[in-house]
Amino acid sequence: MWAVRIGLFVTCVNDLAFPRTGRAVVTILERLGHEVAFPPEQTCCGQMHANTGYRDEAMPLVRRFVAQFAGFEAVVVPSGSCAAMVRDAYPRLASADPALSAQVDALTPRVYEVSELLVDVLGVTDVGAVFPHRVTYHPTCHGLRLLRLGDRPLRLLRAVGGIDLVELPGAEECCGFGGTFAVKNRDVSAAMLADKCTGITGTGARYVAAADNSCLAHIGGGLSRRRAGVSAVHYAEILATR
Amino acid sequence: MNPLVGDQPFPVAARAAVRDEQLRANLEHATRTIRAKRAQVVSEVDDWEALREAGSALKADVLARLPELLVQFETAATAAGAQVHWARDAGEACALVAGLVHAAGADEVVKVKSMATQEIGLNEALAEAGIRAVETDLAELIVQLADDRPSHILVPAIHYNRRQIRELFATRMSGVDPATLTDEPVVLAEAARRYLREKFLSATVAVSGANFAVAETGTLVVLESEGNGRMCLTLPETLISVVGVEKLVPTFADLEVFLQLLPRSSTGERMNPYTSMWTGVTPGDGPRQVHVVLVDNGRSDTLADPVGRQALWCIRCSACLNVCPVYERVGGHAYGSVYPGPIGAILSPQLTGGADRSLPYASTLCGACYDVCPVRINIPEVLVHLRQSGVDAERGHRSAERTAMRTLGWVMRDRRRYAAALRAARAGAAPLRVAARLRGRSTVRRLPWPLSGWTASRDAPLPAPESFRDWWARSHGRA
Repeated sequence: MWAVRIGLFVTCVNDLAFPRTGRAVVTILERLGHEVAFPPEQTCCGQMHANTGYRDEAMPLVRRFVAQFAGFEAVVVPSGSCAAMVRDAYPRLASADPALSAQVDALTPRVYEVSELLVDVLGVTDVGAVFPHRVTYHPTCHGLRLLRLGDRPLRLLRAVGGIDLVELPGAEECCGFGGTFAVKNRDVSAAMLADKCTGITGTGARYVAAADNSCLAHIGGGLSRRRAGVSAVHYAEILATR
Repeated sequence: MNPLVGDQPFPVAARAAVRDEQLRANLEHATRTIRAKRAQVVSEVDDWEALREAGSALKADVLARLPELLVQFETAATAAGAQVHWARDAGEACALVAGLVHAAGADEVVKVKSMATQEIGLNEALAEAGIRAVETDLAELIVQLADDRPSHILVPAIHYNRRQIRELFATRMSGVDPATLTDEPVVLAEAARRYLREKFLSATVAVSGANFAVAETGTLVVLESEGNGRMCLTLPETLISVVGVEKLVPTFADLEVFLQLLPRSSTGERMNPYTSMWTGVTPGDGPRQVHVVLVDNGRSDTLADPVGRQALWCIRCSACLNVCPVYERVGGHAYGSVYPGPIGAILSPQLTGGADRSLPYASTLCGACYDVCPVRINIPEVLVHLRQSGVDAERGHRSAERTAMRTLGWVMRDRRRYAAALRAARAGAAPLRVAARLRGRSTVRRLPWPLSGWTASRDAPLPAPESFRDWWARSHGRA
């Protein structure tokens, strides 16, 4: 296998609250023999600003991301919604600025969610992980419908040694997070969360895995509030186990 | 009351709706059933994606040359014996229809289910003019008898179950014997049929909308399931159709695309039971007087927005309502408009010039609506665009949200400020972490405002003891 120099955009949420996910991605890629770089000037992709209607605040973050990552063969993002922000929203946000637009168009095809990088670019489905627990997988909306990750994360999880991967009923329905929606429309968000938690606990899984720690913070917070005994975990952390 | 604007912002109306368990149960059952039917019949069509592409391309073409096509429609319909009227807004449209009904010497009209007439508040306007409008679609009739508002585009009475409908018929429908009326669907339908048959046979004026208007031929098209529409469109002497200007298709052959897309997307049927088409007046057959009222009511303003205008492609199938996890939990009334759900959240604010700025936020941006839309309206894109327009319009006004967003933006623009903020969050969370650890947990149960909006229904994660960048610096050295 050839070695690829991969830029890691860890995302602000992971940097602050879920560094284990970033460490897991580094572990997996280095184990596979690739070089990971972490450009230290990186901060936030601007998703919350852009999706809430604050384009003026998002634009400097778009430029910042492009400047930090333009030089990499591949960029990995351990968050479905942040990867989708770059691939789906950056071209629209940059459209008014031809120079930026050209940079965005050149960069975005090389920006990958973890499973895309592993399966499509590096051609790996078995990363040699072992995780002897019952796990259910929630396909987060932006991974599912904007990135079209399909079954890539599931193929990676199925190859994990000892795992008991069980299907989540109503898996493709949104968990109710939706960024600022969780606070602006907290009653509807809580109702959606309740149904998602019921689905998860019904599987008897010890872990619920997903590709996005912001959705997982919401789901995990709901499970913790219910004392459900189910942990929310980014699937990359499962792939990094030995 | 404007039928496109509610009297409460969405989060307030939604709070009450979410707590109505009967409503939640009715909606969950109904949307689940129709979702499954749609998925089944759509999966049978090999070229579904190509059909969707064709549908959106046709609608985009219509909007790009709307003035020309409207005049073409008027010319063709007039030549076929119809009278075409133009209405700038709801008020003009209602006044036109009331005038036409009076001119026909009638004080009662039978109605075909129509979103355009709901949108302009026609029934209320006719009532003020001394004209009684009788809804003949079963679900619209239920809503009308209940003195309620529709809560779904296709299934206006989706918030009622059959037990509730039986109660309504028993108490509000004339000629019904409560002693023999059960809540069996067959019995309820028979009661409505008897009640309506009398109306069909006595009415001299009917009011309809149209699903499509063919510019080339001046033809109007109505798709329906019950046959009540066919009665209204053929029996009365006078037929008045209220049609939004965006309902045009260029040629008769273009109907081929929409007659496949619409029934599969809306009722989940391969083909709808009744498709009625009429072109002006046909001597010896059907109504003698045919009127078409073309309504703008905010559509030209919507058309002026290059991103938002795709909302005008909508063919009112309501597939987006049925897949929307937000709609499923709150129903249509919470949106405050006759157009609820994802399409309502982008259409109602545009038709009213942004009257309700809470609607574009009534979505998690999950994207399920875009996936099922038969004409590929990118609803999440328009939602974000309208959020942006709202924020831009409020520029200069201070709000806690704007301050928070600007501060966060300022922090994220600079590596040192960002790193300092991570450290500050970690330091601020240190006592919380100790408290959580004492409880044997890694999450927090209660946070102060504004984060209390989060901890009201879920625990919150804590900043990690070591940020990723600090770990990286320690393990990999400074990059």
